[in-house]
Amino acid sequence: MEKPINEMRLVVPSRSANESFARVAVAAFVSQLDPTLDELSDIKTAVSEAVTNCIVHGYRDTIGSIYINARLFQNGKICVKIHDTGCGIADVKQAMEPLYTTGGSDRSGLGFTVMESFTDKLRVRSTPGKGTTVTLEKHIERRTHD
Amino acid sequence: MAADISFCDGCMTVRLGGEIDHHNAGLLRESIDSSAERKLPNKLILDFSKVGFMDSSGIGLIMGRYRLIKELGGELEVIGASPQIKRVIKLAGLERLGLNVG
Ligand SMILES: Nc1ncnc2c1ncn2[C@@H]1O[C@H](COP(=O)(O)OP(=O)(O)O)[C@@H](O)[C@H]1O
Ligand SMILES: [Mg+2]
Repeated sequence: MEKPINEMRLVVPSRSANESFARVAVAAFVSQLDPTLDELSDIKTAVSEAVTNCIVHGYRDTIGSIYINARLFQNGKICVKIHDTGCGIADVKQAMEPLYTTGGSDRSGLGFTVMESFTDKLRVRSTPGKGTTVTLEKHIERRTHD
Repeated sequence: MAADISFCDGCMTVRLGGEIDHHNAGLLRESIDSSAERKLPNKLILDFSKVGFMDSSGIGLIMGRYRLIKELGGELEVIGASPQIKRVIKLAGLERLGLNVG
């Protein structure tokens, strides 16, 4: 296992005001790798999707904790893990299909599609009744400085 | 989260601002829908030029307003989307609905 050069952990309650806080906090932490504005907004968008899912789906009728862990690696890899101990997903493959939603007419069912296309790698692990962990990986181009 | 709504010749223009996520989308939806249901416009323009961020909750917002304006027999136009917002909109394939995204 490769060792991260830096790491941060954040725990917030599943209140919707924390959607913006979480994506901005992760973006601020990741900034030390000197990403482009496009790379940064990709990360913000993917994190926003994962955190929103914890709030809207995982803890639908309750308030629970959202655990965020971000790790930075020497080669420019960023790994963000977003975990809830909410209701979990019975069929992850189905949940990840574009337009699939259990959330009603306000949801587009495109959260996982956005996460997939705005990162290099998306992993979803879930156990019904136990919770869900989403892992996002993105590689930041290291630019050389003189 | 601001939405500045104006009317001109049956056209309703909504200038959105700030960041559009699940937290903000609910209030925006309510203020757009209540205005539209009162004034029954035949065209709705959603102007994203002052929007700094949008995730897929914004797609839900656009799709829902698309359905509303179609029910009223009108058209929806989306203008001023940044490259980040355009990428999110592209994933939804909104162009296939004949929706103008400029
Ligand atoms: N953290 C989670 N906990 C429980 N269910 C989830 C979670 N994340 C996603 N899901 C399920 O996966 C579906 C698809 O998620 P997504 O692609 O983000 O679309 P949306 O949020 O618009 O429904 C959700 O409708 C929900 O059923
Ligand atoms: Mg979602």
